[in-house]
Amino acid sequence: MCTNAPTILLGGWGNYPLAECRLHRPGTLATLKKISPLHENGHLIARGLGRSYGDPAINASHNVVLTDALDNLIHFDRDSHIVEAQAGVSLQTLLDVFMPRGYFLPVTPGTKFVTLGGAIAADVHGKNHHRDGSMVSFIIDLQLLTASGEVLICSRDENREVFWATVGGMGLTGIILSARLKLLPVATAYVTVDYHKAANLDEALEQFDTGDAQYQYSVAWIDCLASGASMGRSVIMQGNHATMNDLSERQRENPLAPRRGRALPMPCHAPGWALNPLSVKLFNAAFYRKHKNGRKVEHYDPFFYPLDGVNDWNRLYGRRGLIQYQPVLPRETSRTALVALLELLTRSKRASFLAVLKSYGPQNDGMLSFPLAGHTLALDLPYTGRALLELIEAMDRIVLEHGGRLYLAKDACMSRATFEAGYPRLAEFKQLCRQLDPRGKFSSSQSRRLGITEAIA
Amino acid sequence: MSQNVLILGATSGIARAVVRRLARDGDCLLLAGRNEEELKRIANDVHVRAECRADTICFDALATDEHAAFVEQCIAHFDDQLDGVILCHGTMFDQAEAQNDFALAQQMIQTNYTSAVSILEPVATYMQARKQGYICGISSVAGDRGRQSNYIYGSTKAALTTYLAGLRHRMANENVQVITIKPGIVDTPMTFGVVDRNSPLVATPDRIAQDVVRAIRRGSPTIYTPWFWRCIMTIIRAVPERLFWRTKL
Ligand SMILES: Cc1cc2nc3c(=O)[nH]c(=O)nc-3n(C[C@H](O)[C@H](O)[C@H](O)COP(=O)(O)OP(=O)(O)OC[C@H]3O[C@@H](n4cnc5c(N)ncnc54)[C@H](O)[C@@H]3O)c2cc1C
Ligand SMILES: NC(=O)c1ccc[n+]([C@@H]2O[C@H](COP(=O)([O-])OP(=O)(O)OC[C@H]3O[C@@H](n4cnc5c(N)ncnc54)[C@H](OP(=O)(O)O)[C@@H]3O)[C@@H](O)[C@H]2O)c1
Repeated sequence: MCTNAPTILLGGWGNYPLAECRLHRPGTLATLKKISPLHENGHLIARGLGRSYGDPAINASHNVVLTDALDNLIHFDRDSHIVEAQAGVSLQTLLDVFMPRGYFLPVTPGTKFVTLGGAIAADVHGKNHHRDGSMVSFIIDLQLLTASGEVLICSRDENREVFWATVGGMGLTGIILSARLKLLPVATAYVTVDYHKAANLDEALEQFDTGDAQYQYSVAWIDCLASGASMGRSVIMQGNHATMNDLSERQRENPLAPRRGRALPMPCHAPGWALNPLSVKLFNAAFYRKHKNGRKVEHYDPFFYPLDGVNDWNRLYGRRGLIQYQPVLPRETSRTALVALLELLTRSKRASFLAVLKSYGPQNDGMLSFPLAGHTLALDLPYTGRALLELIEAMDRIVLEHGGRLYLAKDACMSRATFEAGYPRLAEFKQLCRQLDPRGKFSSSQSRRLGITEAIA
Repeated sequence: MSQNVLILGATSGIARAVVRRLARDGDCLLLAGRNEEELKRIANDVHVRAECRADTICFDALATDEHAAFVEQCIAHFDDQLDGVILCHGTMFDQAEAQNDFALAQQMIQTNYTSAVSILEPVATYMQARKQGYICGISSVAGDRGRQSNYIYGSTKAALTTYLAGLRHRMANENVQVITIKPGIVDTPMTFGVVDRNSPLVATPDRIAQDVVRAIRRGSPTIYTPWFWRCIMTIIRAVPERLFWRTKL
């Protein structure tokens, strides 16, 4: 019977920054509702599986509430294929339970180790944003525990404003307790993937444009170290859910199998030099050479979650951690902006081991939702201190000049000015938070850094 | 074959994981505990996950007067076919606090030990008459040796372990399996903030549940889970008293 809240050094998935936080892990809904910082003077933020990179799910010197133990499924309606679940349920669980019955997630980020609550709070997107939009497109409604201790049901009709503040709102409106999500019926657990090599950025963007109508899923892996005529060379993977006819004899034996194999462990942090410009350059070149144009029928797991095959792969970046840098650029300016970013990167010889390019469809009504019609680039940059932060500042300027913005779920260090310029509905969001939470209980390291919530005296 | 199973303390971290695994195997479950709202939530969860049947029933381990009637009610619930009982409830208070407050020590003794006797005796009698069934009790490695840091809780688990061993002896020729589970350290609300969740010594509830269900299916007498605790406890038990006193264990 421990009501202990240990103080623990906590970070996001990038292991940068780290801060001492008081951790709570309620095991039942009743204990969550009674949680002390909600009722006494205190500040708190929810945390799912900690897959956001920077500091949105940490709270320096204050409280962090883990929601992953509250992971019950509540209801499933066969006719509408809507599942209701507590927010702590992981996407992996939803796949394990519903894939064998012929349902897939309508939107999924590049890892299945995130909670439903985290996916809503960041309004995550997948490789199908150009066609289907982000997570909220498939959220029917949600229950939110607010600062007053009240539980609000929020949807497009009921508590509408709170709904659009909560999706993408990074936990600042309250704790999402549960939600209803519409699953996607599929015939198999496989995806037919067309690989297409693009010799440079223009070819890559062209391939997105021509493929967008034809493919539900579309993503490019981009070599950020290639320069000159091959700047922006990429391997583009575009796919659709496979039907039974697409499968091989062996695949047909168990067409809805949820998972394959076990993840490999990454038992400890790699030494800081493991990822250096040379090793990354070799890897990138090999990756580009290895892939051939053509079609493959792949299981969803390696297609959607290539990194989930190694547990704790973030340790590859050593103890200093990494920063993931993810801007989105409006369609009109994205080409020039991407060229400027790539030039900066190749000049600085900063290695990004994994760089991903995607195209987005139109933005939604989420006040702080990230995606907008255009292109997004995601870079993993090993943290090296001042030099990296300076590079990031330079990239921020390019993003701002071109009317882009940065993803809060990946952010560890953007400036207030950068944030404010990128999110025009910020004032509306702050206003709503003040109404819901006049004493500013919900607050995170990130929200204070960016001035979304007040500094704490 | 699907079995009818009663889970005592079904809201516990370990029990939840066990319940999910039993449901996947197609068992019919009766979830007992004192937080009815949460029990309903768990029953719903397994219903959605595994499309299996789970019902709930109120149970307070401390209300020993009501236990005999409670067991009757559970047997009736399953139309006189109760195949298994898994005892998961338990409580642990800080050793230092329990040393200074007998009420806490007493609550541990009554929850972890007294209630086991009062509830499992009628169950045993029923199963013995039926010549069929299993009783599975979650004890602990903490009962293997008294340690200054946790001996009041540990002694309640030692009593439970001894009790289950005796019951197993009694049932040896009755076709009733009695299974003692000795988990090491498990990441549940009981240990949150007391141990480092990321330590390699701390197991997930699902890891424990996997071993519990395997032990039930095989009818193993006593298991340590994860397995390496058997080695650790063999060593800890073997240390001579005078040497042991010098440790901080
Ligand atoms: C390998 C990898 C690939 C990724 N790929 C993508 C991608 O393709 N697309 C994409 O959009 N994102 C992607 N992400 C980011 C990830 O999907 C988001 O950061 C997501 O929010 C993580 O969910 P989580 O449960 O781990 O939440 P956490 O990281 O723990 O928390 C994230 C935010 O959600 C809030 N939150 C969590 N639970 C609740 C709750 N119950 N109620 C209220 N607020 C809550 C937290 O306060 C915090 O602000 C990726 C991350 C990784 C590690
Ligand atoms: N966690 C470990 O490291 C560990 C190690 C070895 C053994 N164990 C044993 O494993 C068992 C399960 O524990 P856990 O770790 O899963 O802890 P837990 O989540 O804290 O569960 C304890 C359970 O006991 C129930 N309970 C307590 N007093 C009760 C009473 N008077 N009447 C009815 N139910 C009562 C609680 O019910 P409420 O939900 O209503 O509070 C709760 O379900 C316990 O016997 C524990 O001693 C645990």
